[in-house]
Amino acid sequence: MSERGSIIYLEGVTVDYDGFKALNNLNFIVNYNELRVVIGPNGAGKTTLLDVICGKVKPAAGRVIFGKDTDLIGKREDDIVKLGIGRKFQAPSIYANLTVWENLDLSLKRPSKGVFQTMFSTCTQEEQARIHETLATIGLQGYAKTRAGSLSHGQKQWLEIGMVILQDPSLLLVDEPVAGMTDKETEQTGILLQSLAARHAIVVIEHDMEFVRQIARIVTVLHEGTVICEGTVEKVQADARVREIYLGRQKVHA
Amino acid sequence: MTPMAEDRDNHPSMPRETSLAFWMTGFVLLVLMPLLNVLPAEDSWLHLSDFSLNRFGKFLAFAILALGLDLIWGYTGILSLGQGVFFGLGAYCMGMHLMLTIGKESVYGSDLPDFMVWNQVKELPLFWQPFYSFPVALLGAVLVPTVFALVFGFLAFRSRIKGVYFAIITQALALVAWLVFNRNETNLGGTNGLTDFKQLLGFRLSEPGTQRALYVITVLCLGGAYLLCQWIIRSRAGRVLIAVRDSEQRVSFSGYAPANYKLFVFVVAAALAGLAGLLYVPQVGIITPAQIGVLPSLEMVIWVAVGGRGTLAGAVIGAVCVNLGRSVLTNYFPELWPFMLGGLFVSVVLLFPDGLVGILHKLKGRIVARKPAPLAEGEAQA
Repeated sequence: MSERGSIIYLEGVTVDYDGFKALNNLNFIVNYNELRVVIGPNGAGKTTLLDVICGKVKPAAGRVIFGKDTDLIGKREDDIVKLGIGRKFQAPSIYANLTVWENLDLSLKRPSKGVFQTMFSTCTQEEQARIHETLATIGLQGYAKTRAGSLSHGQKQWLEIGMVILQDPSLLLVDEPVAGMTDKETEQTGILLQSLAARHAIVVIEHDMEFVRQIARIVTVLHEGTVICEGTVEKVQADARVREIYLGRQKVHA
Repeated sequence: MTPMAEDRDNHPSMPRETSLAFWMTGFVLLVLMPLLNVLPAEDSWLHLSDFSLNRFGKFLAFAILALGLDLIWGYTGILSLGQGVFFGLGAYCMGMHLMLTIGKESVYGSDLPDFMVWNQVKELPLFWQPFYSFPVALLGAVLVPTVFALVFGFLAFRSRIKGVYFAIITQALALVAWLVFNRNETNLGGTNGLTDFKQLLGFRLSEPGTQRALYVITVLCLGGAYLLCQWIIRSRAGRVLIAVRDSEQRVSFSGYAPANYKLFVFVVAAALAGLAGLLYVPQVGIITPAQIGVLPSLEMVIWVAVGGRGTLAGAVIGAVCVNLGRSVLTNYFPELWPFMLGGLFVSVVLLFPDGLVGILHKLKGRIVARKPAPLAEGEAQA
């Protein structure tokens, strides 16, 4: 396996929760400018995979390399963010008591996020332009002054995606973005993610097979903490082991 | 619209102007009340007695502490049950200086504080020595709690202690402080604390004029503390504090280190508590371990809850109202006060989660336009 060209490279990663191996000797590689979808039954280790990449969970074994040669293991979450990895959580994770504008403004990438620098910083014209641009991208133009807590579920999810985009990540981790969304919102989210794929490498975790077909180029199937299949949607759906895993538990919504 | 104006415009939850209410309150506290104390004849109904003014000065010192507690609890969502410790550190620093200025006027006529004489301490302990100096006492009253909070907070926040666990260890801290200050071996007056002060910089503390001056200084400090807190809250860092309360996880995944922000606000709160202690001691004339332990620290939380956490005005209003209520009610039903305080807390939590300020906003909303109340600064969460 070559490391060249990969934005994130996991080799032999094992995460052990008191004997339960959430990830078991996992190898996972995503290249620059790739939109990768990760699927798998509940408990397959999908969210743990993201947790490892963004520093929330420390693996018991294995290597996690970002870009050319940045080792992520042992780094703090906010330092990993500064390296250029953004994460969108499964449940909308926004600042309910701040306005949409304030949510985006706090998320914007800035040279320093230290207490005193932040206290004295102002919003430059370029920064404001970027926030406006992002508001348009996520379809919340009219909502700058709205309290984020009063947005609809779908809008909150988009706001969080907007917040992650403003960090200028080279790798975007997105955990079940369309859970709980209406069909129309799901479709808009798909379009949004595809438009973002032009500028960022994206890893999306998703259950919704229809949505996966809408956005996926390459799909990785996880099961019991390891990759069991990787390829196009058609290839994955045709794979005997994938069918077995899914049919054994639930139907593939084909 | 200029870019700055537009940026400002997008933060409707953060009004930029220091409100009319601030200046009006300042006028009443700083000008009107001392004038009512000095000008009208003593038997006039307008006259404000020396005792009342002095007592009000004490409440306003507490209000400074409440502002800090509101920053850390109301805005950042971290419940500290140990603010009494920082208050006590400030108060004891000032108290030590006042003890040393008694000199030969003490009961035993010794240069040593009375309690040392009866504890048969022959020599002034080393850590008392610097407090002969007034500037050292002033600086110490703010810096000792600040440095202590810095060390304690660094360890606690670095270990990611949060929520109820943080509340418990700060409560344990209050208990430990109470135990340590109670011991005679600590050489801080034991259970009786520090008292019987005579003078400050040559001014007799028993003189109404001295007390009036202390009152005015307290009002000015409160005003300064209020503006400082307001400035912090309205800065981008202030919004990070609110963000920590709403979603700490998102804050760290936006590239901020939440532990640093928490440490910052914990230290500011401790410094304000120390300042409150510094102003409290010469006005009240005594500081004992009973004023800095677990129960007083809990009561401080109740002030903020009653006033309305997450609004700076609420912290001040709560500290003044609860203490005013306390001093009136303990006159008539001294044994009932703990029950009333408890009842007050329960009813605030269950019925008025936004406290007195929340009630005012609701009333205002109904009267003005039958519209929902405008968002308070940062708006407290139920």
